[in-house]
Parts: sequence; C-alpha cells; structure tokens
Amino acid sequence: MTHDIYMYIAVMSAVTLAIRILPLTLIRRQVKSQFLRSFLYYVPYVTLAVMTFPAIIEATHVPAAGAVALFFGIALAWFGASLFQVAVTCCVAVFIVECLM
Amino acid sequence: MINQLNPLAPSRRELLLEGAHDGIPIALGYIVVGFTLGIAARNAGFTPFMGFITSFFNNASAGEYAAFVLASSDASYIEMAIMTLIANARYLLMACVISQRLAPDASLLQRVLIGFDLTDEIFGITAARYVTRAVEPAYVYGAMLVALPAWSGGTAMGVIAGSILPPYLVSALSVALYGMFIAIIIPPSKKDHIVGIFVLLSFGASFFAAHLPYIMTLSSGTRTIILTVVLSSAAAILFPIKDDNQQSDENKGIDTVTDADREMEARRP
Repeated sequence: MTHDIYMYIAVMSAVTLAIRILPLTLIRRQVKSQFLRSFLYYVPYVTLAVMTFPAIIEATHVPAAGAVALFFGIALAWFGASLFQVAVTCCVAVFIVECLM
Repeated sequence: MINQLNPLAPSRRELLLEGAHDGIPIALGYIVVGFTLGIAARNAGFTPFMGFITSFFNNASAGEYAAFVLASSDASYIEMAIMTLIANARYLLMACVISQRLAPDASLLQRVLIGFDLTDEIFGITAARYVTRAVEPAYVYGAMLVALPAWSGGTAMGVIAGSILPPYLVSALSVALYGMFIAIIIPPSKKDHIVGIFVLLSFGASFFAAHLPYIMTLSSGTRTIILTVVLSSAAAILFPIKDDNQQSDENKGIDTVTDADREMEARRP
C-alpha cells in the first residue's frame, strides 16, 4: 500500500465536515423565496422516507421480517408512540419473525 | 436567548438530558452499524484507533464504507475526496434545512458543533422537534454525546472483534434506525396530508428507483439525493407552504416561542 491511511482519513474527514458545516456557517439569513422555504420544509420527510423504504426490508435476513417491522412501526407511530418505543418495537418484530421462520 | 424570553423554557441541562434520551435509540443502532463498518475497516488494514477516528470525524455509513473499500484498493487521495463528496452530498441539503432553523444570532461555535455530527438520525430528530421554533443547541449536543461515542466505539470494536455478533442480533438491531425514521415521518403525515402523500410517494419512488435499470446502478446515496430534490421540488411547486404570520414575520423572528408552540412541540415524540 503506497498511500498513507492517516492521509485517507484526513481527506475524507475534511470533505465530510465541510459538507456538514459550511451551509450552517455561511447561510445566516432566512431564505425569502417561497419555493426554497417550501422545498426545505419538505426535504426532511421526503429524504427520511426515501432512506427507509425499501432499505428496511433489505436490512434483515428475511425480507418479511423487515416488512413486519415497517408495518408495526407505522401503526405505533400513527397512534403516538415515542421514538424509542417505535425503534424497539421494530427490533423485537424482526427478532420474533426471524425466530419463527 | 429563548430562556430569557420564556421563563417556562427548559434549562440547558434539561435540554441536554432530553437530547441524550432521544439519542439512546440512535446509539443502539449506531453500535451495530459501527461494528459492521469496523469489519470493512479491518479488511482495509485499519487499526482500531484508525477506525475510531475515521468514525468520529465522519459518522456516515455509506461514505465510510465506500472509503474503506477505496482504501483497500489503494485509490488516490483525489478519488477518495470525490467518493466521499458524492456519498455524503445529502448532508449538504440537511445542513441547509437546519441553517434555516437556527436562531439568527447562533454563534459560529454553535454552528460548527451542530454541523460536526449532523447525521441522518440527528438531523431527523432535530428537524422533527424544531419545525417552527429555533433549534436549541444543547438538545443536539445531548443526542451527539450519546450517539457519536457509540458509532466510533462500535467501529473500533468491529475492527477488533470482526464478525463476533450473532447474525440474528445484527439483523434485529439493524432496523432500529429505520424505526426511528418511521417515528419521525409518520406523526406529521397524520397531521398534514400533503406530507403524508409525499411520504407514500417517496416510499414508492425509492422502491422503483432501486429496481429500475440504470438508476439502480447509482449508489443509494446518489439515488437519495435525486429523489429528495425531485420530490421536494414537486411538493414545493404544487403545495407551497403558506407564509402565515408566525413563520414569515421577520420582525417576530424565528426565535419567538409562544406557549402554544411549546405545547405543540411537547406532544411530538
């Protein structure tokens, strides 16, 4: 290996930190454009939804286990369960389904 | 600032503890993800310490995984930089969202610290909690203090122990983070039907994107960015949010907290 691992770590860390920190330090004003304001309002929900499905059914050994976790997660969250409760329920659902199959 | 305006507002200590509390499910998931990343790091010739600092400064699963693969194939530093940029570009969007939710007088140090560990999950809980009022940095720090050591420590353990965790445990714990995402996106979907429709559209589009020719060959990070930009733009054009007095009145500013706001936020998970 001709490349230094610590240089690799320095390069990737610098890029990642710049991506995360620069918008927060450079954008100090409230955006006026209604489009941009609306866009930034929808981004969190859309991006988290995109990352959740179908990833959740690909993360488990048995896809059905992920699907069951998704179903119970949505049901619990709909009826007001907390973040922690939903996360734990999903884990338990996967555990039970994979034990049964 | 908020504390001065509202005597009922929680103290920094309470906020720190609340953040730490919400950070626990994140940390559980992070130990597992960190562990699996550690296995990849070990294959790339990283020591436990190297794995720890990589995770401490990056805290990004796809980005780190791609970097470990590149490192093991002896890629150039430029390739490493470009790969990291592409794999982590979605954080640019998230940082833009949070930039609009910080108090205008948030200090440089606060901005740097909040950006330092703006992961998918910490972004998620922060964006869900602070919709109409200014982000309280102490809450974010509390979540970071629990989540970041779990991620970095998990990576170091993964380098040391390799694949020692039983597979059924990895499988069960790996959905903890998705469970959190669900808990974040479902309650607003119930309240705001537009959000709900776009959450469903996102599920569907994401599923198709993972199976369509050509698009499926893109990395999941790139697909996430494309779908996020396209769907959020569509939502913003078709259903622009109304500039009601509370949100847009510049004189009032984002850091004004009414009791009604606080009551509303308190009901959120």
